[in-house]
Amino acid sequence: MSINEQFNQNLYLVDLLKPLNYEPIRAGFGRGLKKAGLINNNVVAACADLTESTQMNLFKEQFPERFFEIGVAEQNLVTLGSGLAALNKIPFVSSYAAFSPGRNWEQIRTTICLNDRPVKIVGSHAGVSVGPDGATHQMLEDIALMRVLPNMKVFAPADSVEAEKITLAMSSDPKPNYIRLAREKTAIITTEKTPFQIGQGYILTKGGDISLMATGTMSAQALLASELLYKEGIDAEVVHLPTIKPLDEQTILKSAMKTRKVITIEEAQVNGGFGSAVAEVLSENYPVRMKRLGIYDRFGESGSPDQLIKFFKLDSQGIKEQVLSFLKSF
Amino acid sequence: MTKYSIEQLELIATRIREDIIDMLLHAGSGHSAGPLGLADIFTVLYFDILNHDPKNPDWEERDILLLSNGHCVPVRYAAMAEAGYFKKEELKTLRQFGSRLQGHPERLRLPGLENTSGPLGCGLSQAAGMALGLRLNKMNGRRIYVVMGDGEIDEGNIWEAAMLIPKYKLNSITAILDRNNIQIDGPTEEVMPLEELRRKWESFNWHVIEIDGNNIEAIIDALNMAQTIVEKPVIIIAHTIPGKGVDFMEKDFRWHGIPPNSEQAKLALKELRTLGGKIKSEHQ
Repeated sequence: MSINEQFNQNLYLVDLLKPLNYEPIRAGFGRGLKKAGLINNNVVAACADLTESTQMNLFKEQFPERFFEIGVAEQNLVTLGSGLAALNKIPFVSSYAAFSPGRNWEQIRTTICLNDRPVKIVGSHAGVSVGPDGATHQMLEDIALMRVLPNMKVFAPADSVEAEKITLAMSSDPKPNYIRLAREKTAIITTEKTPFQIGQGYILTKGGDISLMATGTMSAQALLASELLYKEGIDAEVVHLPTIKPLDEQTILKSAMKTRKVITIEEAQVNGGFGSAVAEVLSENYPVRMKRLGIYDRFGESGSPDQLIKFFKLDSQGIKEQVLSFLKSF
Repeated sequence: MTKYSIEQLELIATRIREDIIDMLLHAGSGHSAGPLGLADIFTVLYFDILNHDPKNPDWEERDILLLSNGHCVPVRYAAMAEAGYFKKEELKTLRQFGSRLQGHPERLRLPGLENTSGPLGCGLSQAAGMALGLRLNKMNGRRIYVVMGDGEIDEGNIWEAAMLIPKYKLNSITAILDRNNIQIDGPTEEVMPLEELRRKWESFNWHVIEIDGNNIEAIIDALNMAQTIVEKPVIIIAHTIPGKGVDFMEKDFRWHGIPPNSEQAKLALKELRTLGGKIKSEHQ
């Protein structure tokens, strides 16, 4: 049976058995921001000296008067955003995730979240797949930092196509938002027709043996891992959760009730991150055996993105192995 | 807006000081020195300079006043009550459970506040964002005032904004720096030397006006002059006396972060009630 037959037809995913296309997730953000700017005059953007690498240049070229270069000053970046939002603007403020929200968390907390201003924080180059830049630039703690803040919504798109949709959705959401982007080219698994709604999780492929719940760059890897597992006789259900906060508890619980075994996968610290968020939902509502895949209380290091993803066992092969050893453990 | 005479404004400033002492006594915690030192500046802002409407705090043409050093908010609450934003009785709820008058100001709780502050160093950046917003919205008549503390400018965030504001020529902003020379751990020049302050701001491309921040007339003049200077953003370095009006609090950094007890409050109020004459004589 073709792997594609198991897929949720309603989601219009790409054909996984054909060669996949790759594109950095941040490219989709850049397109989405420009679109949002065309739809809504109040959308503005500011960047901390990383305009091209966070892909804000598309917006800047289209709307030079609505783009502000802040320089290497991430505290100013987000706080200025809260001021713009006070005048009915919808500011997207971008940098690398290691610096924003890495350096300016308190300003985000006080002037954006407690002050409840709809600033859109764009953290690019998250995860170990940043590669050669090394640990300083490989942000792994951003999910934990952002999801703990009241009023804040947190997104991690699976691919560039979804990033574009999330960016548009953010531009009409009245709350503070954080979106996590990756540097490296990531497999495109969704299409224009694939739905996205804030707070909605999606069952990418149905299965009864185990639930693989993934976010961001790991959703494509989870999908590929499910194919490898299928060949080993394991019928995995892949749940993609592009909104980390608010989490789609219903979809998580429904899948867990079916499979009674859950693996979470994220390119981030498991402590306090996405896996922790899923664990909170399960332990309070329907405890099942679970394991969180991701980075375990350590920093990344230099290397090629592929090397690092393999080293941390977050490629499809690594995920498959970790799932198999989890299943053998009880 | 009613124009008040200097004498009337001085009386208002004294009432604001009395209210600050009362509020802090009831609250049992809070900052004394900063708010007392800022009373004259807040009097001038609320009763002479700001284009505002206490009955319609969200009025779309209002000027924006940002208090960056949120711990000085008792002076803002007292000035707002005096201006009619809310009844004076409410001042006694400062820092109490359920009060709209939070220990540090929260915009969402009290109409008329423009920002949520307390963690220091953010006001100038917020002013910058708002000034860009005003420009994009073509709201050219509105002005932004941001009050900062001197200890506060230890924060790097302030200097990030200080660089950006001249870059974008955001001359709708007037910054007011409360130069009272104290912070929690002691005199500013011991904790973290700030001088030469004027040259620092000038080198960041700001126009600097230095005044006696407890002189009502000087404050009015400086704020009016600031509106006429369009080449550069303006910062008014206002030299104030921390604890101004209460002899035993004046210039003593230990009063930065504590309220008076009831005996001290009685003494303070007694002094303040005779202050009207005192200020006058100083100016004569």
